[in-house]
Amino acid sequence: MILPVRITKRDDVPRRQAAVILVVSIVLALVFSGVVMLLFGLNPIEVYGTIVQGAFGSAMRLEQTMIKAVPLTIASLGILVAFKMKFWNIGGEGQIMMGALAASWVALNHPGLPQPLLLLWMGAASVVAGGVWALIPAAFKAKMGTNETIFTLMMNYIAIKFVMYLQYGPWKDPESKGFPRIPKFSDAAILPDVGGMHAGWVLMLILVAAVFLFMNYTKKGYEIAVVGESLETARYAGMNIPVIIMIAMFISGGLCGLVGMVQASAIEKTLTWGLSSGYGFTAIITTWLARLNAVTTLFVCLAFAVLLQGADYIQLALHVPSSVAQVVQGIILFFVLGSDFFLRYRVKWIGLARARAEAE
Amino acid sequence: MEAFLAAAIVAAMPLLFATLGELITEKSGSLNLGVEGMMLMGAVTGFIVAFGTGSPGAALLGAFGAGAGGALIFAIITVTLRGNQVVTGLTLTIFGSGFASFVGDPLIGKSVPKVVQAFFKGAPLPGLSDIPFFGPVFFRQDVFVYLGYILVILVSIYLYKTRPGLHMRAIGENTAAADASGVAVDFHKYAHILFGGGLCGLGGAYLALVYVPMWQADVVTGRGWIAVALVIFASWNPTKAFLGSFLFGALSILGFRLQSMGFHISQYLVDMFPYAATIAIVIVSTHKNRKEDLPPADLSVPYFREER
Repeated sequence: MILPVRITKRDDVPRRQAAVILVVSIVLALVFSGVVMLLFGLNPIEVYGTIVQGAFGSAMRLEQTMIKAVPLTIASLGILVAFKMKFWNIGGEGQIMMGALAASWVALNHPGLPQPLLLLWMGAASVVAGGVWALIPAAFKAKMGTNETIFTLMMNYIAIKFVMYLQYGPWKDPESKGFPRIPKFSDAAILPDVGGMHAGWVLMLILVAAVFLFMNYTKKGYEIAVVGESLETARYAGMNIPVIIMIAMFISGGLCGLVGMVQASAIEKTLTWGLSSGYGFTAIITTWLARLNAVTTLFVCLAFAVLLQGADYIQLALHVPSSVAQVVQGIILFFVLGSDFFLRYRVKWIGLARARAEAE
Repeated sequence: MEAFLAAAIVAAMPLLFATLGELITEKSGSLNLGVEGMMLMGAVTGFIVAFGTGSPGAALLGAFGAGAGGALIFAIITVTLRGNQVVTGLTLTIFGSGFASFVGDPLIGKSVPKVVQAFFKGAPLPGLSDIPFFGPVFFRQDVFVYLGYILVILVSIYLYKTRPGLHMRAIGENTAAADASGVAVDFHKYAHILFGGGLCGLGGAYLALVYVPMWQADVVTGRGWIAVALVIFASWNPTKAFLGSFLFGALSILGFRLQSMGFHISQYLVDMFPYAATIAIVIVSTHKNRKEDLPPADLSVPYFREER
């Protein structure tokens, strides 16, 4: 098939042009999503308007938006470290689960400890648990080259089933009537409020800065990027690739594990198998949209939190299923993935006649 | 035992269709990790069409179309626009699950119409179903299962005995060489990605129409990912894909059997079996190095003629 265009590779795109391409593709994605909504009999302007209202309309809704931004951002930072290495960690959900599990174990067994000590211990436990959960596939990848996508994904199911087992089995609160649940944490195990919402947002900002500095200004961060760029280069430079893979994945899983602690402590105030509600997956989208940059990740996650919170709200306000947000997220990323083409290639209109002549 | 194996065949079907679909996709050089998403799109579309029309044929056609539609998105982004295959596939999975819960929302708890249920009732094959042991296990099944058997045979013949099959394998092994010898690379990639996606859609539809004949948004529960693992386990061979699906079908119902035999294991621990087994398979498959067990050489390598 002959197209009336000439496609040539281009090396670097000016930052401004790259930004324009990104914005245009997101706008196109929103327009396209709107068309899809029309097909399902929804008024897209009303839906988008209600999403914005649902995310910013009142102090409480704004807090809900931030409550969603915190776990999403921290999980995205974790995914970022792995993706930078082209290690496709799609096990965020499971790592969140295991982090929550470890934090809950600490909280439930030591309810009487002083709050700062207990919270620190819960945090550390969640990082280690999430990190170790991620280390399992990482070790197999590092030593044997085992496919990490399927491995990490399967680890999600195992983690979730295990927490279900605990919730409906050995950890069930004997006093709970009706729906089986794990006992609530003591007050000391709950993250305190700072400036109107739980302290997770402070943690989030610190971690954004930390991951940004780690990836851009430390030797290990640089090595992770090199392993992602080219294994050959890394090997030639004498890097210890298995160790780098394992360190990066421990950090990746540890950050996701910390999300589990925040959600268990500040939101659920106990362990539930549903506490992650998909942040580990949404983080894949946000991280990629942010082009694996920690600071950009923060802003993308804030925007996605608006979408998530708005979607919860339209379910109440318009009786539109909140999964519409997931559809819109998917469409946005499809458009951005497609638009990458225009960053890497120059497409020039040359007309059919010339294209035919050139093909011959 | 016969009843157990017969039930394992039923449980294997969604896996088989999805595995064959992904196998075809990968043989033509593309790694589409959106299997789970395409199965969900097929499941919800099949269910809606069955619910709306009462026609099993239309439902299967709709499911095939939905899976192929999801695959078309993947093909446009990865073949024409040369986007990252891994991330595009992951996005397709996220999109597909959102699509299924969004579109299927009004149908939660609704059942498949009686006509369609009746169509997928067991239909023993005359003669074959009387063979001792094999008859009850393999040949007292429903139409869809027989379609699965036929598909295994057809895909094998297509891959190894036909010209288009040869062309598509050539693309998967060495895209540049195939292109140089005049094979229409993009056309073949599109065709096989779409057909593969359609099969994934059918696998999903079987889950929604036969296996769990009442709509629930999380009907696929990781089977798409198991299918991706089964392709590796099967060394890209359709017959082995059948054996792998059968094995996993058996594994997925094993826990239930054990419980009904009086073993006291938590349902949730039993549910981990297939996932843990998938991990085991992925690990074991890492160490294959016989030539015929290796993935297509140009799998997931983007191709752009001007960059040769």
